[in-house]
Amino acid sequence: MTDMLLHVVLVLAMPPLLLGVIGKTKAAFAGRVGAPFLQPYYDLGRLMRKGVVFSDTTTWLFRAGPVITLAATLLAAFLVPLGRHAAPISFEGDMILFAYLFALGRFFTTVAALDTGSSFEGMGAAREVTFSCLAEPTLFFALITLTRLSGTMSLTTMLRHVTLSVWFATGASLLLLLAGLFVVLLAENCRIPFDDPNTHLELTMIHEVMVLDHSGPYFGCILYGAALKLYLLGAVFVNVAIPFALGNSYLDWLLFACSMLALAVAIGVVESVMARLRLIRVPQLLVAALILTAFSLVLVVR
Amino acid sequence: MLFDMIRDPGALVLAAIIVAALSGLPALLLREGPLGQQISAAGAFVSSLLALPSLCYLLLQGGAAASSYTLNWNLPFGPCEIALDPLSLFFLIPIFVVFPAGSLYALGYWPAATRRTSAYSVTFFYGLLSAAMALVVVARNGALFMVAWEMMALSGYFLLVAEHGEEEVRSAGIVYLVASHLGAAALLALFSGLRIATGGFGFPAPGALQLTQGGATLLFCAALIGFGSKAGIMPLHIWLPSAHANAPSHVSALLSGVMLKLGIYGILRVLTFFPEHPLWWGGLLTALGLTSALMGICIASAQKDIKRLLAYSSIENLGIITAGIGVFLIGQGTGNARLAYLGLAGALFHILNHALFKPLMFFGAGSVMHATGTRELDRMGGLATRMPWTSLLALAGSVAICGLPPFNGFASEMLLYLGFFGEALAPEPYLALGAPVLALVGGIAVICFVKLYGITFLGAPRSEGAAHGHEAPFSMLAPMALLAALCLTGGLFPQLFLALVNPALQGILPVGFVPAALPIPPLWFAAAGGSIMVLSLSIFLVLRGKGRTLPSGSGPTWGCGYLRPAASMQYTASSFGAFFGSLATPLIRFRIKADAISGVAPAAARLGYLPEETVLHRLVLPAVNLAGIACAFVMRIQHGLMQVYILYIFVTLLLLMLWVH
Repeated sequence: MTDMLLHVVLVLAMPPLLLGVIGKTKAAFAGRVGAPFLQPYYDLGRLMRKGVVFSDTTTWLFRAGPVITLAATLLAAFLVPLGRHAAPISFEGDMILFAYLFALGRFFTTVAALDTGSSFEGMGAAREVTFSCLAEPTLFFALITLTRLSGTMSLTTMLRHVTLSVWFATGASLLLLLAGLFVVLLAENCRIPFDDPNTHLELTMIHEVMVLDHSGPYFGCILYGAALKLYLLGAVFVNVAIPFALGNSYLDWLLFACSMLALAVAIGVVESVMARLRLIRVPQLLVAALILTAFSLVLVVR
Repeated sequence: MLFDMIRDPGALVLAAIIVAALSGLPALLLREGPLGQQISAAGAFVSSLLALPSLCYLLLQGGAAASSYTLNWNLPFGPCEIALDPLSLFFLIPIFVVFPAGSLYALGYWPAATRRTSAYSVTFFYGLLSAAMALVVVARNGALFMVAWEMMALSGYFLLVAEHGEEEVRSAGIVYLVASHLGAAALLALFSGLRIATGGFGFPAPGALQLTQGGATLLFCAALIGFGSKAGIMPLHIWLPSAHANAPSHVSALLSGVMLKLGIYGILRVLTFFPEHPLWWGGLLTALGLTSALMGICIASAQKDIKRLLAYSSIENLGIITAGIGVFLIGQGTGNARLAYLGLAGALFHILNHALFKPLMFFGAGSVMHATGTRELDRMGGLATRMPWTSLLALAGSVAICGLPPFNGFASEMLLYLGFFGEALAPEPYLALGAPVLALVGGIAVICFVKLYGITFLGAPRSEGAAHGHEAPFSMLAPMALLAALCLTGGLFPQLFLALVNPALQGILPVGFVPAALPIPPLWFAAAGGSIMVLSLSIFLVLRGKGRTLPSGSGPTWGCGYLRPAASMQYTASSFGAFFGSLATPLIRFRIKADAISGVAPAAARLGYLPEETVLHRLVLPAVNLAGIACAFVMRIQHGLMQVYILYIFVTLLLLMLWVH
């Protein structure tokens, strides 16, 4: 019961902190002080108190987009195990639902973007769906590898199966899988080198340009949903990458939270040392990640 | 006697088929005014009301009460047997769902008042096509089957060329007719082969066909070509996109939602004849299916014609179904009960689902064309404000067709995914590779339908027609609402649909292959779908509550600093699909036609572009043209003189009789 409560609290409260950590890391690399760690929370709070401006072109779908996306992501949050703890909901095949909930969110985010009639938002939507459809098979290859390793078909069991001994036995395969997952994590959450969340030119954006017209609490929903998505895909990554269990339930929670923060630092480092890829290079990197995860499957089968 | 008939649900189904066949007559006879068409639509409803309860009753009985009827006709093909086994019953369901829905839709979409020259024939052949399809499914005699098959193909042709004044429609009709008869030729070979093997035209009993390996392979290939071309499996799909694009929308709905599935029915029916299936049949079907799904959806993503896009998406869905059947054969061949069950259940469930959301989408496309007068996606936009109900129902269809929760497409794809994932644990996990392919197909489907929905209904109108669009009448909205409700029901409570699927499975799968319960408790579908809806609704209510207290305003869309944005600057369907299209150039190319610009003050010039299928235009069409040149000599005896044709028939008969004696 405590575990379930902690799961809910962590999943609801922690995601914006990751954004804060990423921002602070990037600031440190640039030699700045940077915004406080809690800045994303302040932003969300401010957005929740702000008024809304709707474009005359939009319909109810423009409002439904952020709402349904957030709802789908929230449901996905209950399917992912955090650290060594079981997810509140798990059943055979839940990883497929997990992947498809993100697809549902993507459908409505992009539809809401097209609702504004802005060519920039249409551009962002076209890029988003194209990149995601290339990232999706990578995720599925990774899930198949995990299914084969663990012999089970549920996120909780397949992720908890990855322990130190499994790492010793199939380290090479897991490394390739992690590389693929990391690329998916960056691509799906629109981080550098795929997309620059802080860019100032609409022409080059992907995710940010799709939400240009949203404002107030609706924009808050989008920001929070995006942070949550980063958190969830990050949790999948961390579950594979950190195969330790400390034995004590609370220590395990602490370990998980720390590793999530470490992941945020890692993303911040990647964002600081890398430049954004040219748009036409992005599909190549995604396909490379796909092949990496395919290799991880081959190595497991052998 | 009448009383006995009513008590026999099987007889009711046959009566429904007859009613369907005759339902078009009132429209044919009463050409003036809307009355004839309305009586015909009522006839369609009566036939469906007769059939659907009986079908569900017979299926839920477990098909034990499979009934068969024999008609002793005085023809040299042996007794003509008609039977209702669970497989037939299952394939009758889509017919009797889409047929009345389409007939009702036609009252608003193709009314006798404005379509004076074609409404009566369309209504007549609509009923005939439905009855012919039903007859195909219940026939148990090769000759009767071919007669019904030809009736289906020809009434399909007459429906398709309803607007025969247009060149494009006529050429689509000819391609359809040729492809359809090439397929029929393969089927003739199949039934002749069966005749040689069994000594009669009656279908062999399940598993009763003992053949050498070569004979079985030949029959299987004939069936695959004949039925595969009807199902639109690549590369036998050449007729499909133009036929579905040029037919009236309620006809496309019936062609795409039901007629394509009869190809799958044929393959399944032929498979039941054989006592065992070589493993490579399954492998071939899986590979063909997945290739077809992937290529179909890639090409769909580049289309700019709303109905052509839907047609290519049908190729995708039929590919998924074929892959499911292939997975079933592999599971059966390797003795893997779970795999066989998931493959076949996924395929049959998807057949039912596709028969719901594809007609829904074609109806939506029809309403949009009705309102705007164009099929070009690039000329649409902003219809959601003018057609709120159509846009809501089309949204349901779009989400369902992408296979997203909480709609029915997700439930059937889930079964296939579970099958593929289960194979990851097998010693040789080749089949597990199906899961990423299916995921890729799903991802591209999202591109297609975000494009179709977003460009059609959202944004600002891109043309005069779109700006003056109007909401569809009730008779067009009601069938869409029914189909959308069924899609949602299937997504939340898949066990309801699976209850109809399972009896059909029991007839095909070996004993003991149907598990007592699904590997995934169906409750999870209701729970997941329900929580998405409840969560969305509660977030929405919270935000709306907040919106009341906060200031809100409205203004033009942010144009990134540009002060005079215009509707023509919006992203169009072509630009939306161009990015993915640039990655799929081996499959799809754009043919650009531009007038040359010359002189100091050039005259107005036009630029046009058309997505072209590489395989079709570089491979299939040149081959067809070569065949045309090679067969030029046949043209000499094809001169259109009816009396000489009758002479041909007479001479052929005479020669055949001489040969026999």
